[in-house]
Amino acid sequence: MIRVVLPAHLRKLAQVDGEVKLHVEGPVTQRSVLDALEARYPMLRGTIRDHVTQKRRAFVRFFACGQDLSHELTDAPLPDAVATGTEPFMILGAIAGG
Amino acid sequence: MSGVRVLVGTRKGAFIIEADAKREKWNVSGPHFAGWEIYHMKGSPADPNRIYASQSSGWFGQIIQHSDDGGKTWHQPGTPPGEPTTTPEGMPKGESNKFVYDTSPETGKPLTTHQWYDGTPHPWEFKRVWHLEPSLTDPDTVYAGVEDAALFRTTDGGRTWQELPGLRGHGSGSSWAPGAGGMCLHTILLDPSNSNRIVIAISAAGAFRSDDAGKTWRPINRGLHSLYIPNPTAEVGHCVHRIAMHRSRPGVLFMQKHWDVMRSDDAGESWREISGNLPTDFGFPIDVHAHEPETIYVVPIKSDSEHFPPDGKLRVYRSRTGGNEWEALTKGLPQSDCYVNVLRDAMAVDSLDSCGVYFGTTGGQVYASANAGDNWSPIVRDLPAVLSVEVQTLP
Repeated sequence: MIRVVLPAHLRKLAQVDGEVKLHVEGPVTQRSVLDALEARYPMLRGTIRDHVTQKRRAFVRFFACGQDLSHELTDAPLPDAVATGTEPFMILGAIAGG
Repeated sequence: MSGVRVLVGTRKGAFIIEADAKREKWNVSGPHFAGWEIYHMKGSPADPNRIYASQSSGWFGQIIQHSDDGGKTWHQPGTPPGEPTTTPEGMPKGESNKFVYDTSPETGKPLTTHQWYDGTPHPWEFKRVWHLEPSLTDPDTVYAGVEDAALFRTTDGGRTWQELPGLRGHGSGSSWAPGAGGMCLHTILLDPSNSNRIVIAISAAGAFRSDDAGKTWRPINRGLHSLYIPNPTAEVGHCVHRIAMHRSRPGVLFMQKHWDVMRSDDAGESWREISGNLPTDFGFPIDVHAHEPETIYVVPIKSDSEHFPPDGKLRVYRSRTGGNEWEALTKGLPQSDCYVNVLRDAMAVDSLDSCGVYFGTTGGQVYASANAGDNWSPIVRDLPAVLSVEVQTLP
């Protein structure tokens, strides 16, 4: 199972507490994790990536295993520790504004 | 009449404030959607328990919320969990927060750019919903005015939205430019006597009217005079802040422009200035008394760079003559050291026998008058900055 940590506002929209656990078919990538997340929680569509372009929203960042993955290719494999569920894939709102 | 429900959108959440018809004791609920900007909430005239809310964030974009119990509980009216998010043909489905500009050749000209602040072409980019205007007759039909300026409509209770592309595509769209707050479509007036007529306003493009239910549009800005644009009497380019009408006389329109308070007696075909003796004719909101179509309200603001009341005195101005002759309403409002603003969607009236008038400030106060503006009192005073105020008069 893939573990995903959502920012507080998105946890509230999705009506979940704590981490989300997802089953992902095939290679574990940003795209496949977000596809699985949005399929299970359709209310999150458009909040992490654009509906049409599928690009990450500007103030959203992706981290895992202490690395910033925000600018990695969306189809690049995520670290093994994420794929095996040892470490979570973290979605964060960038610190900006008030 | 049993009471009123005041819907308040703020920079950090939504609040619902209710009272009985006496309007003396107020109950505040909220924050709903805490931490999100609530640009607007509005109830359906056909079903007062159906309320729509525009929830947005610079981080996570646009959300549409919908309540069927007068704001006690809310949900996003999109695809339920577990249902496919694509059509049987594999195409992405519409969603409640999916506002995609229409670029199909069948529905007009695929318009790709408007003017940026420096006059250069700039791509159209959806940012947020500024205003939601539910149909007068169908709770599932709602119009949405968005930034960058365009008009969208849902006919399924907010599950999916489609642009009415004739507005952006009518010809002048490529010359529209943003005002200081962004290029927003902020006013949507539905004519109660003619279901085909819609009036909208955009900052900073001007006012536009459709007489065929939103299919085709034309500018209605004759008589507006704006010194801050290269051609002060241009067909488009005027920074209209708000338009109001009385439902018994939909052909009479009142406008608060960036500078100037204006009036039209022919549904926008021509406008004349009615600023009269106002201390300043800059401001944002304008509204009309529920029972007196010639009684109108504005909140004069010192200037476009000093967005606060003149002399530190918060004064609503009322004209009982449809403009030109104005009286200051001050009882119960701060008359010293007050430097708040009142934004364009932050004034509303109820339709109780003694008309109530309401407005919210960027300082977080919501003031109400149960006697048409003669006396005011705060019904709540420490909210986040108020973006919008709407009032439902409950049966």
